[in-house]
Amino acid sequence: MSTLIFFEHTNDAISPASLHAVTAATQIGGDVVALVAGSGCDGAAQAAAKVAGVTKVIKVDSAEYGHTLAENLAPLIAKLAEGHSHVLATATTVGKNIMPRVAALLDVAQVSDIIEVVDADTFVRPIYAGNALATVKSSDATKVVTVRGTNFDPAAAEGGSASVEDGSGEGDTGLSSFVGQELSKSDRPELTSAKVVISGGRGMQNGENFKMLEEIADKLGAAVGASRAAVDAGFVPNDYQVGQTGKVVAPDLYIAVGISGAIQHLAGMKDSKVIVAINKDEEAPIFQVADYGLVADLFKAVPELSEALDKA
Amino acid sequence: MKVLVPVKRVIDYNVKVRVKADQSGVELANVKMSMNPFDEIAVEEAIRLKEAGKATEVIAVSIGPTQAQETIRTALAMGADRGIHVVHDGDVEPLAVAKMLKGIVEKESPDLCILGKQAIDDDCNQTGQMLSALLGWSQATFASKIEIGDGDLTVTREVDGGLETIKVKAPAIVTTDLRLNEPRYASLPNIMKAKKKPIEQMSPADLGVDPAPRLQTVKVVEPPKREGGTKVADVAELVSKLKNEAKVI
Ligand SMILES: Cc1cc2nc3c(=O)[nH]c(=O)nc-3n(C[C@H](O)[C@H](O)[C@H](O)COP(=O)(O)OP(=O)(O)OC[C@H]3O[C@@H](n4cnc5c(N)ncnc54)[C@H](O)[C@@H]3O)c2cc1C
Ligand SMILES: Nc1ncnc2c1ncn2[C@@H]1O[C@H](COP(=O)(O)O)[C@@H](O)[C@H]1O
Repeated sequence: MSTLIFFEHTNDAISPASLHAVTAATQIGGDVVALVAGSGCDGAAQAAAKVAGVTKVIKVDSAEYGHTLAENLAPLIAKLAEGHSHVLATATTVGKNIMPRVAALLDVAQVSDIIEVVDADTFVRPIYAGNALATVKSSDATKVVTVRGTNFDPAAAEGGSASVEDGSGEGDTGLSSFVGQELSKSDRPELTSAKVVISGGRGMQNGENFKMLEEIADKLGAAVGASRAAVDAGFVPNDYQVGQTGKVVAPDLYIAVGISGAIQHLAGMKDSKVIVAINKDEEAPIFQVADYGLVADLFKAVPELSEALDKA
Repeated sequence: MKVLVPVKRVIDYNVKVRVKADQSGVELANVKMSMNPFDEIAVEEAIRLKEAGKATEVIAVSIGPTQAQETIRTALAMGADRGIHVVHDGDVEPLAVAKMLKGIVEKESPDLCILGKQAIDDDCNQTGQMLSALLGWSQATFASKIEIGDGDLTVTREVDGGLETIKVKAPAIVTTDLRLNEPRYASLPNIMKAKKKPIEQMSPADLGVDPAPRLQTVKVVEPPKREGGTKVADVAELVSKLKNEAKVI
């Protein structure tokens, strides 16, 4: 048994997201081979070699992998998949974009967003916005799987000493090209790995009011998230969205402010250890999952909370 | 430019899903079904391209049971020109859907296929990417903006870090994200008109595809229940509980 993991990286360093896939691969068992494909990616390849559990790194340093274009990466991954029983990636937007293309090239099913490895062929994955958990068994020759990060602790970034092998690229398909990006900048922790998350919903009324949540976030070392309604209304950027079709988070503490608790939102946060809800409607469904519910006007409660945290 | 829009019939997003007692799946009997919300966004985008004079024809395709016709009718009522219904009972996985869609693409030769990024029942997020691979086309997933160029498309994508813009060669596969547009409601006259629009029927076998699932569903269970529901009186009590009881701050 042997697993090939598509590693995400910034050429100089590896992305922490991929460390979750390493843990899933370790649970599957056998060799764990990290693929680092990029342009000028030696730093990332060396970093991948240090990850505990990784047995080998394949470095493919070639211009066509300078951006994570699925059309270029999928044929490479499909070619390297030969001889491996599993191909894994973490279910980030990059993984979700590329891996089904790999699966189709290999003519196998993909198992998306697994939350548990039962055995080498059998996995548990949420369906219907997490309202049901399906255990599925694959009999395909190669199992193509994406891993939900929150359900697998990250592997240690240090402690391994894998060898780094050079691989060659497959060339540019010329089908697509990168034009530009507009990334949200923040000094706060990344949403999916933060220990504390405070999210705002439609109840926040506008983007300006999110400053109140940012203030609390800074006091708690938290990341700021949002409901779909808050993103759709333009209060905050799309990458803040927590939920079935946004990001999945499972922090130690999740604070939902002015969020009603639609199933699509709950799908992205109900595995948090402790949930706090602040909502003026005592019937709001969010209270059914909240460990501590505060029925209050957020415009009164949030400033009070901020003040209380200074004293706490 | 011809646009193909695959639309899936799924449990309505407002329905509280229940797992069957025998753990074979979820209860679908007497449950409200609708078009997958991401596919409504896909249909809307295709119709807007037609209204802008960029698309010539919009074809809605659904693979599913007899009732999937209703889903196609919804697309036609929104403004699609005609439908294709691949009649198939029972679950069908993204890879098989992609293979059937490939067969239809080969017959119809569209310049663009717009799919939803994810079906809200299986939550797979696979079909568009798979179809693109099978056709050897370009793909622009999770789109929040599409600009049609000369032989190419410039697409803004919702990614984990924010937004990314890529340029893809036509013909292309695009999958929709939530912010691409706000789908319209079909007007009554358009619902009436849609009844006369043609829907062609075919079977998976007509497309040479074996729809049998590759994955075996061992069981489907309910997720562990959360014990929520406790209320606190005020902010002071909240902070005290978080500090002393939950020990998270
Ligand atoms: C295909 C699809 C995918 C979706 N994906 C997601 C997803 O990934 N994530 C997601 O979040 N949603 C998603 N949704 C949307 C989801 O169904 C809900 O519409 C959304 O979560 C509602 O956001 P909200 O709770 O902020 O808004 P609302 O439901 O409008 O709730 C606002 C809440 O704020 C409270 N409030 C208002 N003013 C105050 C105040 N002054 N003080 C205190 N409380 C106040 C109200 O009582 C209310 O409970 C999706 C929907 C669809 C159809
Ligand atoms: N049975 C189907 N019929 C038509 N389109 C489908 C079907 N299944 C999936 N699709 C399309 O593929 C998209 C993604 O589905 P999925 O990969 O299952 O999450 C959907 O939004 C639809 O556009």
